Amino acid sequence: MQIAVASGKGGVGKTTIAASLALSLAGEHAVCFLDCDVEAPNGHLYLNPVFDRQTPAVIKIPQIQAERCSSCGKCVEVCQFHALAKVGRSILVFAQLCHGCGSCTWNCPEGAISEIPNPIGSLEAGQTKEGIHFAQGVLTISEPMPTPVIRQLKRWSQASEDAVTILDAPPGASCSVVETLRGSDYALLVTEPTPFGLHDLKQALGIAREMDIPAGVVINRDGVRDSRMDWFLSQNKLPIMMRIPFSKTLAAGIAAGKPLIEIWPEYQPRFRNMFRQIAESIAKGKPC
Amino acid sequence: MLTATGKTKRLVLLSGKGGTGKTSLSAAFAHLACKPQYGTSVVLVDADVDAANLSLALKTEPSSPREFWGGALAEIQPGQCTGCAACVAVCRYDAVLQDVEHSPAFWIDPVACDGCAACRYACPQGAIRMVPQLEGHWFQSATPFGALFHAELFPGKENSGKLVTLVKQQARLWAEEAHIPLAIIDGPPGIGCTVISACAGADLGLILTEPGLAGLHDLKRVLGVLHHFRIPAAVCINKADLYPQGSRDIREYAAEQSLAVFGEIPFDEHIPQAMLLGLPITSAFPKSPSARAIRQIWEKSLQELYSLKEMLS
Repeated sequence: MQIAVASGKGGVGKTTIAASLALSLAGEHAVCFLDCDVEAPNGHLYLNPVFDRQTPAVIKIPQIQAERCSSCGKCVEVCQFHALAKVGRSILVFAQLCHGCGSCTWNCPEGAISEIPNPIGSLEAGQTKEGIHFAQGVLTISEPMPTPVIRQLKRWSQASEDAVTILDAPPGASCSVVETLRGSDYALLVTEPTPFGLHDLKQALGIAREMDIPAGVVINRDGVRDSRMDWFLSQNKLPIMMRIPFSKTLAAGIAAGKPLIEIWPEYQPRFRNMFRQIAESIAKGKPC
Repeated sequence: MLTATGKTKRLVLLSGKGGTGKTSLSAAFAHLACKPQYGTSVVLVDADVDAANLSLALKTEPSSPREFWGGALAEIQPGQCTGCAACVAVCRYDAVLQDVEHSPAFWIDPVACDGCAACRYACPQGAIRMVPQLEGHWFQSATPFGALFHAELFPGKENSGKLVTLVKQQARLWAEEAHIPLAIIDGPPGIGCTVISACAGADLGLILTEPGLAGLHDLKRVLGVLHHFRIPAAVCINKADLYPQGSRDIREYAAEQSLAVFGEIPFDEHIPQAMLLGLPITSAFPKSPSARAIRQIWEKSLQELYSLKEMLS
């Protein structure tokens, strides 16, 4: 079972929720935690895994064999991402624009292109002391494309079918969030009751709806009830799975690297209960 | 008094970690820039195109949307597909799907398709065409503090970096024509394509962080991006008093890196209240502790952008 924790707006508590959900379930289930926020991966700060495996995340980029190249320019024509350019009689490759699709290689009439791996990040995995199987992707600084790192992380980590896999998504609502949510059974959307939180929740919900993934909401830093948030949730029949009040003690504890359920142990049964509700709504959604 | 002496200066606000308060700080800077004592004018850019909130933080007048056409996605013409699966063999995005029970023909999942067109070239029937996608809208809107260039990427679309570049370009053209000396760019979280697009050509990258392990971890990553592109950087700390040890750690790291700390903003309930009012904190609650701290950060940013040497020349 795959549960993705997403939000739209950054800094609303995705990692806090994802980490505490993983820890709450660790004794009862096989749990796998995938940190898909490869631009700013923070899950390890709360779960403290011991990493024992690492591999580079790569994009296969073209390498032109000058002696075979006839400078016909076919590769430049077929590349949709302007990663190849013809300058005089030579072909230049712009590695950072390359999506690694392989189209230039297959379409070269001279067979003059081979592919070489260009590392753009790394994949790391290990165990936590609670027995959580932890894996994260880390995009290399100055590399622009997080999405291939997320795609490779999901393939590489190979969570077993019967494990509960929790995916910590990046903020925003672009292709990297789509890649995280692909194949997920449930989207747990974390938000805060502010105009910014609501606006960005709509964006994230838009993705879940388009991908036909059932969704529920966690309202973090709950305080003064925002009627617009409540109205939006009821209009869209979005269940509120949990409310977490704003607290300075909690904020300080999380800043220091403590998981929510360590600061407030009474939340552990609530996380387990939330998981049961999620499992039920997944079961209901699937025709058997 | 600042006047345009040529190129519009670009101040970009970044954070690495999301939700540290970039948009609230951008809104406050926009308000401060227009105060008589600073006497400058600004153009505003919201570069967080998939979670764009700056327009909500200012009394922004609605404006008409303009189309953003991103890349093209592959589409199989139903009548022409023979089910040979040549497209499946070349697709690296698992985007080619088949519903064998109903038809031998394939179809392409638009959510998975990367738009690389490998399948279009591989199809022996010529049954695949590339269809340009409307991926979002961009806007030029009036705010009380100058024009705001912003965008809404449709949920889940690609090319967000390209859309950031587009709104920045539009803002630059506008600023040059109107002789506006400063652009304030509210950046996205993270370090990927949108951040790289947002900080390209910036004169100063101001990193707004918050105390704590995650804030510092991500500060280091975004500072790496600014260093890589040789953009001068400075840092300020939001909610600094929530976890004082974290703020000390940030100051210590900044000192090691010779990175200037422009100020610390205390935790302040006035900030969410100002957000609910749709007003910058410095205009809604000018005497609040956070507004005072932000004015200091603003002045240091101006000093950095318009160094004394430059003002004399």
